[in-house]
Amino acid sequence: MRWIRSHLLAFAALAVLAYMLIPNIVVAVFSFNDPVGRYNYTWTQFSTAAWTDPCGAQGICDAVGLSLQIGITASLVATVLGTMIAFALGRYRFHGREPTNLLIFMPMATPEVVMGSSLLTLFLMMGVPAGRTAILIAHIMFCVSFVVVAVKARVATLDPRLEEAAADLGANPLQTFLRVTLPLAAPGIAAGALLAFSLSFDDYIITNFNASPSSITFPMYVWGASQRGAPVQVNVIGTIMFLLALAFVFLGQFLSRRREKAA
Amino acid sequence: MVETTSGDLRLVGLTKSFEAFTAVRALDLDIPQGSFFALLGPSGCGKTTTLRMIAGLEEPTAGQILIGDKDITGTKAYQRNVNTVFQSYALFPHMTVLDNVAFGLKRRGDKNATAKAKEALDLVQLGEVGRKKPAQLSGGMQQRVALARAIVNRPDVLLLDEPLGALDLKLRRQMQIELKRIQSEVGLTFVHVTHDQEEAMTMADSIAVMNGGNLEQLGDPATLYEQPRSTFVANFLGQSNLLRASVEGEPAANGIVYVTSHGHKLEVEREHLPHGIRDIWLGVRPEKLRLGPQGGPNQLQGEVSDVSFTGVATQYLVRMPWGRELVVVQQNDGSARARVGEAVTISWAAEHGFALDASQAADAGVEEES
Amino acid sequence: MADIAGVSTGEVRKPVRRGRLVPYVLLLPGMLWLVVFFVAPMVTLFSQSLQEGTVEEGYTFTGNVSIYADALQAYWPHLLRSIGYAATATVITLLLGYPLAYFIAQKAGRWKNIVLVLVIAPFFTSFLIRTLAWRTILSDTGPVTGFAQATGLTSLLQAVGLTATDTLLASKFAVIAGLTYNFLPFMILPLYASLERLDPRLVEAASDLYASPWESFRRVTWPLSLPGVVAGTLLTFIPAAGDFINSRLLGNTQTVMIGQVIDSQFLRVLDYPLAAALSFILLILIVTLVALYVRRAGTEELV
Repeated sequence: MRWIRSHLLAFAALAVLAYMLIPNIVVAVFSFNDPVGRYNYTWTQFSTAAWTDPCGAQGICDAVGLSLQIGITASLVATVLGTMIAFALGRYRFHGREPTNLLIFMPMATPEVVMGSSLLTLFLMMGVPAGRTAILIAHIMFCVSFVVVAVKARVATLDPRLEEAAADLGANPLQTFLRVTLPLAAPGIAAGALLAFSLSFDDYIITNFNASPSSITFPMYVWGASQRGAPVQVNVIGTIMFLLALAFVFLGQFLSRRREKAA
Repeated sequence: MVETTSGDLRLVGLTKSFEAFTAVRALDLDIPQGSFFALLGPSGCGKTTTLRMIAGLEEPTAGQILIGDKDITGTKAYQRNVNTVFQSYALFPHMTVLDNVAFGLKRRGDKNATAKAKEALDLVQLGEVGRKKPAQLSGGMQQRVALARAIVNRPDVLLLDEPLGALDLKLRRQMQIELKRIQSEVGLTFVHVTHDQEEAMTMADSIAVMNGGNLEQLGDPATLYEQPRSTFVANFLGQSNLLRASVEGEPAANGIVYVTSHGHKLEVEREHLPHGIRDIWLGVRPEKLRLGPQGGPNQLQGEVSDVSFTGVATQYLVRMPWGRELVVVQQNDGSARARVGEAVTISWAAEHGFALDASQAADAGVEEES
Repeated sequence: MADIAGVSTGEVRKPVRRGRLVPYVLLLPGMLWLVVFFVAPMVTLFSQSLQEGTVEEGYTFTGNVSIYADALQAYWPHLLRSIGYAATATVITLLLGYPLAYFIAQKAGRWKNIVLVLVIAPFFTSFLIRTLAWRTILSDTGPVTGFAQATGLTSLLQAVGLTATDTLLASKFAVIAGLTYNFLPFMILPLYASLERLDPRLVEAASDLYASPWESFRRVTWPLSLPGVVAGTLLTFIPAAGDFINSRLLGNTQTVMIGQVIDSQFLRVLDYPLAAALSFILLILIVTLVALYVRRAGTEELV
């Protein structure tokens, strides 16, 4: 009992962590379920049927494909736009810094319902049809702010003396940027791009406002599934995504640790 | 390809003003090629700004910078044949030590960059760490990599911005000797910026003492120390005892001038007097003062108020009848030491005194409690 | 001194401000995108709310301000409810998230990275799928509900009004539990960032000066972690107020939040002016609350 008391904090922390991870575990477990009926909420019996045929449910893999497409494109564009803004904010003095900061902060502070619905009204007025393009535009819009925050945090840690040293050693501005500034800012840019991708891939509310029947993204598919009947493949894809991302992160950490040791 | 120039480094009327203040005022300096030159002064005196202007990292408001006959004032940092060892080293954290050192050579398209970089690392005795990253090295090693990175380019001028500041005392002393050795081996012009007067005097062939953007005095360490021309230099380099005095009459045939200070008649050598000044500060260095009469007219009576034993020497504070305390430093060579409260006689030889204009502040250049 | 290069040494040379346009060029594309696709839509949203008509016949701008009164009258319970749920969920995430964030920042040692990954890991699965999983976890025939019934938890919740029946799903309780679950990482990460910068020697100093652990927390740790608390509460409250996924999946007809109303008005009922008005009201409400909160909390660094 004493041991528990002195480690109270650790227990509380781990309990909260468990609370956060249980649904993921449930999703994984229920990907092996063979449900009766349309819904996958109660455990019936163990089956790997869904795993052997992950695209079996109609439209699910198309939805994943579309989400990947939009996610990658939106992430790329948002990263470029956001990185440029972050450098401007972090490196230069200019007029209008306050309003710029405010405008970048606002999309992070606005409820998705408002952003999605307002874009819908804009597109209606401009005559832009709902669908892929509208979704892409919307995703780029709300991702830019997050990229700015991620890159700006990194740029703030860059020692300006390093760029002076490069110039002192004969590198012109372009060489300095390519060989010193960019490599050092890269982790922040990568973090921003990753963040943008996951925000885009996982978005439902804003996408829903601007989608058409021919542009079903994966979150929209899942939503429909929750209303009409969820195939087990949803759990399978969800678990695959989870494992892939986890592997990706651990691989990254492993590689960076190896690089440190090798030198 | 940057064309190599050689020749003396000359600063002509170099000025740097910011909106609120002027950092460097019309500085004129000639730094001979191949010499070890120090810019010495307290923080805020403009020495670092001057260095950055020479490097091209700061644009002068007015004036010129020349190397030999070539005016480099308008050129950018990466076009100049000048390299800097930064105070914080500024090593590129994402490159190996070898890549760091080879950086400048590679930017110039040097085909033997890697080989030359290896040589430079050998010069600073770090031949085996080429593959490591800067973060894996100690402060002292990083400092030597920064030096190698600058030297390998054989610049016309090598600038050092307080490079030893972050090192502990022993390491600093070692590096001071190292730097001197490397400079004479490679033969480059070194311009070393520091606020540590001992460091400047140890390493430099000539020193420029700066204060508030102005050049106070220029000369070799011994001259600056023994014959300071302003109270600032007298106090900034080592310590000085300054006594208010006034000149009596004209110099005698033997070059001695008499001055009166607090009722005492004292001797000063004529060449140590500033021309045409009647009211002076008479200055004597603490180590030139002796306890006990020396047989000359320069004697003063006082009472010992403090004794500090520092191993090599003993420092005494002697209180004078007019209230001020004089500092006396005596080598612990076995002679008797005085005690607190003892009445003593202080004396010195005439040639050890120097004189400064009394209109200057007596505490200029004294180190402040920070 | 005779000048060499033909430049007079006396004149003051004006420093050439090279690259003065660079920041503006860098800012232009991104900011333009935001202006066109974030600011402009707010304008069209407002304008849409003041129009009248139908989808088939088209809309005309009439400046019908009374739509706002109508919207408020009909839906103020939903607005209040959304704010209430979001506030409750925010407080709970703060209570739950703070210990975890503190643990990671100060006590985790070499496990720090792994635990951080585990905190972010849930994001790797679509949040819809995860929220659906709560339907499984809280299902009427599942072990959790069984346990709650056996221990009398369900009766307690019923008595407090958080559930309507003796099951856990389709209730206020489930909705708030879902909101809390969804936004925990948003609270934990800013808190962690703030707590990580806390110098443990400050707590030691407090202890040296006779402060009990609670007092040390109250007077040293908590005030210094406030920037993280502010950031975390904002990042949680704002999206939670507009959320409707949790309510749709885990709630019932009594738990309808304003987000659901806006969604159905826009996409099903197709009453654009009303929907736009509601959306705009929500925006103003949130902006006002946030502005008041931030001013009171005193943190200026938001981005």
